[in-house]
Amino acid sequence: MSETSETGSEQPIIIAKDVHKWYGHFHALKGINMQVHKGEVIVIFGPSGSGKSTFIRTINRLEEHQRGQIIVDGIELTHDVRNIEKIRMETGMVFQQFNLFPHLTVMQNITLAPIWVRKWKKQKAEELAMQLLERVGIPEQAGKFPGQLSGGQQQRVAIARALAMQPKIMLFDEPTSALDPEMIKEVLDVMIELARSGMTMLVVTHEMGFARAVANRMFFFDDGQLVESGTPQEIFKSPKEDRTKLFLSQILTH
Amino acid sequence: MAALSRPTLPPPTERFTLLGWLQKNLFNSWYNALLSVLTVVFIYWIIRGLLVWATSVAEWQVVAANLRLFLVGQYPVDELWRVWICLYVLAFISGASYGLWSRGVGAFGIALLAGPLFLSALPFTLNLRLLMIGIAVTGFFGWLLAMRLPALFRTPVTWSWVLYMVFVILMVRGFTPAGGFLPVVPSNLWGGLLLTFLLTVIGIVFSFPIGVALALGRRSNLPIMRYSSIAFIELVRGVPLITVLFMAQLMLPLFLPAGVTIDRVLRAMVGITLFSAAYLAENVRGGLQSIPKGQEEAALALGLNGFQRMALIILPQALRAIIPILVGQFIALFKDTTLVAIVGLFDLLGIAKTVLAQPEFIGRQAEVLAFVSLLYFMFSYVISYISRRIEVAQGVGER
Repeated sequence: MSETSETGSEQPIIIAKDVHKWYGHFHALKGINMQVHKGEVIVIFGPSGSGKSTFIRTINRLEEHQRGQIIVDGIELTHDVRNIEKIRMETGMVFQQFNLFPHLTVMQNITLAPIWVRKWKKQKAEELAMQLLERVGIPEQAGKFPGQLSGGQQQRVAIARALAMQPKIMLFDEPTSALDPEMIKEVLDVMIELARSGMTMLVVTHEMGFARAVANRMFFFDDGQLVESGTPQEIFKSPKEDRTKLFLSQILTH
Repeated sequence: MAALSRPTLPPPTERFTLLGWLQKNLFNSWYNALLSVLTVVFIYWIIRGLLVWATSVAEWQVVAANLRLFLVGQYPVDELWRVWICLYVLAFISGASYGLWSRGVGAFGIALLAGPLFLSALPFTLNLRLLMIGIAVTGFFGWLLAMRLPALFRTPVTWSWVLYMVFVILMVRGFTPAGGFLPVVPSNLWGGLLLTFLLTVIGIVFSFPIGVALALGRRSNLPIMRYSSIAFIELVRGVPLITVLFMAQLMLPLFLPAGVTIDRVLRAMVGITLFSAAYLAENVRGGLQSIPKGQEEAALALGLNGFQRMALIILPQALRAIIPILVGQFIALFKDTTLVAIVGLFDLLGIAKTVLAQPEFIGRQAEVLAFVSLLYFMFSYVISYISRRIEVAQGVGER
């Protein structure tokens, strides 16, 4: 697999070598190899059940891989809990279902981890939280509970919550799939701004507009394998694999 | 396109008329009309019977003469001021809590105030009536002060609820030898409503952490924790409370080193606590299961450790989800404490039995049981009312 990153000289921030994952007898990941460099925006796409969500969840150990090697920011993911905690501090994650904490206000959602994990003073955490809420465009919602917000607003809070830990890597697991159509744009706008600010991002999504706008590379997953990778230009104009062509024709024609 | 510019209309309102309401709600068909009439006649028949009995047939001297027994059992008269102090403190922090957390005055606040005032109007001794008025006044002051100075009162009032039980135990039991400032009152003298309360509240306060721990133990990955939790929960849930109480009376001494004896009330408390903990564990487990998996994952992804995930994310949501069930369980526990009468303690019902054995009040079962039932109902209702208020107040962030 050819590396097409502009920062090729540096050590990759994520290295996956021959990663395998089974659910019982089901072989969900069949030997994934990839490297991601600092500042890259990666879009992962593929049919449902292809293992793309499973893969990005192995990067912060929400799923355990059973064979192969994953190294994040120079730390290898093993059973060592301290390593796992370090990696989780460096990676923010945004979920399809937002997963905000419904019993806490927006402000408490965002400041919880900085206060308890980074051991920041409450005031410092709240200042950063307000900056982040302004960045995602909803500073006026700080005192509300998640249940009082629209889906798009909730997802933007979830992005702010992940950013509050000042992670080096952001993982997005289908961040717009649970949103009503008119709210997708407000979330994508935040993600595009984040991508342009130089954040390393792994995004599982079917939003091909987003991929065209900011992705450095795209990975196509099918049947637990990384079938094809390349720049958006290569993937959209001249996909090499038949499976990629077929899938793209299915999602781009409607 | 004219349809698009149609002005928005307010919803149609129904004019309220008594006849209209009657027709719509009681007489909208012949069988509903029949049902309404029959029900009203039935209710009238019951209420009239009750009122006639309560005002002309019943002889309430049995209650009036034994009031102290019903309320505190054999608790020494000279030490009763300690119980009164507990009541006054309770009145104050209840009033303050009402002022802090309830918007406006409301019927419930008036009822809280009117309760002791009503009791003070009954033909008790003058002293007792003055003390009752004092309780109402203290509660009112707590309310007034907390309304005026909410910022000053919020934290102390919260803490005083936490510490109140410890305070009550210290006051009621005492801790100095005879002749000291607070001489020890042995628990075999505790009785009546006082004992019922202590059994209930101790049961709730201690079964709560044990129940939560058992629920977490049952979900644990460690086999020893899991299986011992399951064994305890299933064993206790598989036997009636009365058996647990007998076991506590007979078996608990067997597990203690020779020479150590613990008194009967404490044994009953241990039995009730363990029994309640097993049921609570299952309720908490239900609450834990109702929390979506995504909550745990989000907490994991943020880097929270296991204790933080449980204490900050999962448990608060799980417990809030089961408030109604917990309150139901606590009310049941309050009523189940009557079973200690069978193992020989003089709780409210146990006292009722001894009162009925007094020669001058032979045959007054109806009055005594009516009075005791009324007390149980009043307190159960207050608990369930407060829980509904908490639910409403906590519902703000509901998904």
